[in-house]
Amino acid sequence: MSGGGGKDRIAVFPSRMAQTLMKTRLKGAQKGHSLLKKKADALNLRFRDILKKIVENKVLMGEVMKEASFSLAEAKFTAGDFSHTVIQNVSQAQYRVRMKKENVVGVMLPVFDAYQDGPDAYDLTGLGKGGANIARLKKNYNKAIELLVELATLQTCFITLDEAIKVTNRRVNAIEHVIIPRIENTLTYIVTELDEMEREEFFRMKKIQANKKKLKEQEAALRALDGPPPEESANSENEAPRNLLATAEDDNLPILFN
Amino acid sequence: MGEFLFNIDHGYLEALTRGLKGGLLTQPDYANLVQCETLEDLKLHIQSTDYGNFLANEPGAITVQVIDEKLKEKLVTEFTHLRNNALEPLATFLDYITYSYMIDNIILLITGTLHQRPISELINKCHPLGSFEQMEAIHIASTPAELYNAVLVDTPLANYFVDCINEQDLDEMNVEIIRNTLYKAYIEDFYKFCAGLGGKTAEVMCDILSFEADRRSIIITINSFDTELSKDDRQKLYPRCGKLYPDGLTGLSRADDYDQVKQVCEFYADYKPLFEGSGNGPGDKTLEDKFFEHEVKLNVHSYLHQFHFGVFYAFVKLKEQEMRNIIWIAECISQRHRTKIDNYIPIL
Repeated sequence: MSGGGGKDRIAVFPSRMAQTLMKTRLKGAQKGHSLLKKKADALNLRFRDILKKIVENKVLMGEVMKEASFSLAEAKFTAGDFSHTVIQNVSQAQYRVRMKKENVVGVMLPVFDAYQDGPDAYDLTGLGKGGANIARLKKNYNKAIELLVELATLQTCFITLDEAIKVTNRRVNAIEHVIIPRIENTLTYIVTELDEMEREEFFRMKKIQANKKKLKEQEAALRALDGPPPEESANSENEAPRNLLATAEDDNLPILFN
Repeated sequence: MGEFLFNIDHGYLEALTRGLKGGLLTQPDYANLVQCETLEDLKLHIQSTDYGNFLANEPGAITVQVIDEKLKEKLVTEFTHLRNNALEPLATFLDYITYSYMIDNIILLITGTLHQRPISELINKCHPLGSFEQMEAIHIASTPAELYNAVLVDTPLANYFVDCINEQDLDEMNVEIIRNTLYKAYIEDFYKFCAGLGGKTAEVMCDILSFEADRRSIIITINSFDTELSKDDRQKLYPRCGKLYPDGLTGLSRADDYDQVKQVCEFYADYKPLFEGSGNGPGDKTLEDKFFEHEVKLNVHSYLHQFHFGVFYAFVKLKEQEMRNIIWIAECISQRHRTKIDNYIPIL
């Protein structure tokens, strides 16, 4: 546990297989991170663009609205108060808005598309007097409405993009600061654990060899006391393979522990 | 002969009207109003004129709307006073003046009925000068046919309806066409009435009304370009009592663009300078402004004669123009659009 002491890591059994698995996951996470980062950048680009357009549009809006409301005053000057008749005459909207979707790196942005529905129903308003001013009034307000619709599109895009950017950034940060460190922790944990295991194995070997050596020495001491065993040749022939292995181990020992 | 006896019946009212006319804003007044920075300033300046403290009892901030309503109220009070004291035939004459407002009201009510709006809501929006007894009863009618049979036939405008609009038209025709048809009938009738009165009244009023008729013909022609209004229908809207009748109107009915209208009017000494002085560029006066100016001139000239009814008509029209001017100046001030503030029509 020396590698990932109290740190956050995935609960896996430290094994070679788990290590390969983690390595693949780390690679995947890094790939995902770079992709999301690119997405966030693209969204940000778009976001700035829209922000710029909104500012432009709002400035323009002020002027256009001012002109429009002034032309209403002009029309009232020549044509008198015609608004009631127009209001009473309205039965359906002439200017309508259609919604379309635009795909920006996987984010659906609503786009409002304004269009004129049917012919101009108030063609003859102000026929008797003030027609020219009313025509100008209509033109000015049409322009204002167009701008308003455009502004609405931009504002909705702004909000949607803002949301999308936040989500993406959260994901990028999560991958960067939580998922990748966690996988890395797990990996170091596995590596240290594997090392540890190797050392333990080694120690065990050493211990076994030491034990064997002690046994051998005892045996040798016994043999020295009893004198040479009577059936040594037969014994040595019988134990030949085991002895061979033992000697091999014996041979190895000094090299290992030097 | 009429001049000798005029003062017996109408002397008081004529004097009153001349006095009221004297209270119209003059050039220095306008110069003061134009200098105003806020509507409060405007209110102060107006207080120093004949309007007095007509805005004094107004709680809260002053808006253009409030000024508009108060001005209208004042005109209505003055006119009602004149009307209440009038004797025949001046009474009828004053009634004729209200008919033009009545036409606007009726058109509004018809439009409302056709679109099933609550009439009580509309009554408030009607011009008070054009109210008539039957107006309250108009809510009985739920369909155009009922409206026509039950209400319109009883109004003073019934004659105009009978002549040119039948029941089916009410449903199908564009309200603007109905309005202009009625207006045409009204002007022709008014013209006939004034001519019938004879004397100075006929002289002055026929001049003003024929200008009004010609102005409508010209404006209708110009406004009908590029619309669904056909030339035949257009011709039916021309009042046939002006100087343009009959040759000029025939010319107008054939016109296809502004230049042709101009060409037709070249032959008339009264209208030629109006066309020549107008333009559509910035800073130029539009044709309608020119017409307004001419109208004001005719109305003011009517005060040069005595013993006739034209002064009453001229007073209402001048007062209306003055209201428009004040509203215009108020709008310019409230919208901080000072560049065009001088575009009002001065009353000489």
